[in-house]
Amino acid sequence: MKKIGVFVCWCGSNIAGSVDVDQAVAGALKLDGVTHAEHYVYMCSDPGQQKIKDAIAEKKLDGVVVACCSPRMHENTFRKAAGSVGLNPYLLEIANIREQCSWVHPDNKPAATAKAISIIEGTLDKVSQNLPLETITINLTKRVCVVGGGIAGIMAALDLADAGYDVIIIEREPAIGGHTAQISTTFPYFQEISELLDKKRAQVHEHPHITVYLSSEVEALEGYVGNFKVTIRTQPRFVDHANCTNCGKCLDVCPVLVPDEFNRGLTRRGAVFRLNRDDERQLPVIGRRDCLHFNEGTKDGCGLCADVCPEAAIDLGAISSTQEESVGAVVMATGYDLYSPANLPEYGGGKIPDVVDAMAFERMLDPKGPTGGKILRPSDGEVPKSVVFIQCAGSRDPERHKAYCSRACCMYTAKQARLYRQQVEDGTAYISYMDIRSDSRDFEEFVQKGMEEEHLLYIRGRVAKVFEEGDLLKVLTADTLSGHALEIEADLVVLALAMEPASGIHDLVKKMNVTVDGDGFLTEAHIKLYPVESSTKGVFLAGCAQSPKDITDTVSQALATAGKIQTMFANETLIADPLIAEVQTDICSGCGICIETCPYGARVMNEYTGISVVNQAVCQGCGACVAACPNKACELINSTTKQLFRVIDDFARRA
Amino acid sequence: MKVNLLKTDDSLLRRIMNESGQPVNLCFQCRKCSAGCPMIDEFDFPPNMVMRMIQLGRREELLASKAIWMCVSCETCGARCPNGIEIAPVMDCLRAECLEEGVIPADKTAVGLHTAFTDNVKVFGRLHEATMLMLFKLRDKKISKDDIELGVKLLLRGKIPLLPRRSKDLQKIRELFKDSGR
Repeated sequence: MKKIGVFVCWCGSNIAGSVDVDQAVAGALKLDGVTHAEHYVYMCSDPGQQKIKDAIAEKKLDGVVVACCSPRMHENTFRKAAGSVGLNPYLLEIANIREQCSWVHPDNKPAATAKAISIIEGTLDKVSQNLPLETITINLTKRVCVVGGGIAGIMAALDLADAGYDVIIIEREPAIGGHTAQISTTFPYFQEISELLDKKRAQVHEHPHITVYLSSEVEALEGYVGNFKVTIRTQPRFVDHANCTNCGKCLDVCPVLVPDEFNRGLTRRGAVFRLNRDDERQLPVIGRRDCLHFNEGTKDGCGLCADVCPEAAIDLGAISSTQEESVGAVVMATGYDLYSPANLPEYGGGKIPDVVDAMAFERMLDPKGPTGGKILRPSDGEVPKSVVFIQCAGSRDPERHKAYCSRACCMYTAKQARLYRQQVEDGTAYISYMDIRSDSRDFEEFVQKGMEEEHLLYIRGRVAKVFEEGDLLKVLTADTLSGHALEIEADLVVLALAMEPASGIHDLVKKMNVTVDGDGFLTEAHIKLYPVESSTKGVFLAGCAQSPKDITDTVSQALATAGKIQTMFANETLIADPLIAEVQTDICSGCGICIETCPYGARVMNEYTGISVVNQAVCQGCGACVAACPNKACELINSTTKQLFRVIDDFARRA
Repeated sequence: MKVNLLKTDDSLLRRIMNESGQPVNLCFQCRKCSAGCPMIDEFDFPPNMVMRMIQLGRREELLASKAIWMCVSCETCGARCPNGIEIAPVMDCLRAECLEEGVIPADKTAVGLHTAFTDNVKVFGRLHEATMLMLFKLRDKKISKDDIELGVKLLLRGKIPLLPRRSKDLQKIRELFKDSGR
């Protein structure tokens, strides 16, 4: 026979106001197995906890029921107290008589008291069948894989590496830097990006704890928190960078001309190219997709670059390779892409040459960029005298485009318009906007200064269309502040396109087993309290992969992620709660329904036995498999079906 | 609804900012000026809209508006504007442009009073209410028995002086008028 103690808490008058605690204790003492029962004004207080500890020690209790508030409040408190005097913490259960009893029946004391006794009895039945459990320890590999080498990945990697942990960065482009490398200057202080980024890129490449995989992607991710195995596929560059002297002869000889993505189509590049053609520190690579050598039916067998290379550094026969890395944590810093301008035909996106996107405008502003920092119309190379900036191009349009606000556009548009006006003194900058969202330090002042010093003319209203009339480019819009339609003659139109998750995110999240929202942005475990953790333990988020952000916020989040991982790595092993699912091997038929049901990827099929296995490190004890299992072979430890039915029986009998 | 297609033109904005010395381009339409304007009921466009119309170059509508003549220059708006725009001098500039350009004003009475006022100052160097009001009423041919009775009452009580008092330096006042081209 078990010896169980019942402790009824008054919670001041929260419980005692509508439950007669004397009667509850008397009722509890009549129940089978109860050898001790008492009440106290605040069980969670130090003297309250001491009463529990004393009773466990003196009466040699082997089970405890605390009738009090929700287990979410103080289950841990009481379990710790029980553990401190030698009772297995999992032999203590909470009977919730506050949220589920006293608070909902304030006006009927006898009935509330009877219900409280029922709840105590049910919990008593449950605890008498509880098993003593030990916490689970999990091995921890203190290495990190950062997916994405943009500013988020770089900053997270540097922080972790500086803390002494090995970090690998997987970047699918031939160079790190991401979209940040395309941007000219920052807001709100007009600082040149290259000043910031060059330094950070050099630190990454020189860091003894960082390994960078360029032109690479994640092929597979196996394992679980603390014990991941990442398979990395590296695409061939076809240029042996160990031998390449960066003489540039191959660049001159390549017969291919395709739009240069890095310059957003403002320039053209060959099939052999530098990612940023104006950055001569970068070594050339060959893009398989564009190269004639790999495209039959054109000039099959083109090998002009290989012929001209004085170092024989070009190997058109190179093949992709895979590598495996063991890591304990993964950072998803996969960034964003811009919404395609072709989706905005009413603005002439992708059709009218003098309608460019904001990233192309950034390339023009870059002093080391294709125009040497001069703002010139793509159609004729003239200096535009009238520029219309269109904000929310694709954002805040739930019906046709993206419902969300892309967040950085208000500020970079103000920055671009100001830089334009500083460069073209007799020019006019119009900004079409819906709201000006300038909600960070010095942001509002930055926008105001643009109106004050650069005379930016903000026009509230969405542009209806951009069209060509003869030689003129016209913007039809409305000024909703004065209620009038407007027609503006523009030399150049700049679209502040919506940000969307980087291409390929849906394939990647399947491999990483993390969840995304309807727009494809990675979802965090909790928006307020776990903002950098993904739904999968050990996989963290940073930057625009989670939602559109500016550089300031991206870096803050990347450093938060790095901090979170360091907290995890501060322990030698990981500890997991033992309240998880288990499989009754004699009942499991190996149907696999639980594997599909598990939201955490904690279930796998044992290939040899044909029985589903629970990964103890990954299982969160949610119970989805228990509900799904057609054979009732899954059980949650200490919340078994048998236990729960007995609780229900207790209630039903008294009702 | 008729849609007016307008071309934006910032020449009016630049000119008004230059002449009035006011940062009209900073107006972000918070409408605090209009909220506190004691004459708002007499305006066809509230002060915030006047600022917007200047920004967008809607000159013809503005010069023909009632608003620019109904402003009594109480300067409540300017005292409250978060961007430090004094609207009264802006209104003065618009009135001047209206008269210079020969635009027929929306409210002739206001213009008449305005003209009678400045003409009076031009003659005496300072305002003499009796002659100004007499000339203003006579010009409009709207003088009534009530007006005369009220005038006599005010004179008898000494509220308005019978004879004008000239400015000590009339010459300087006239030079000011000359300098401004009137």
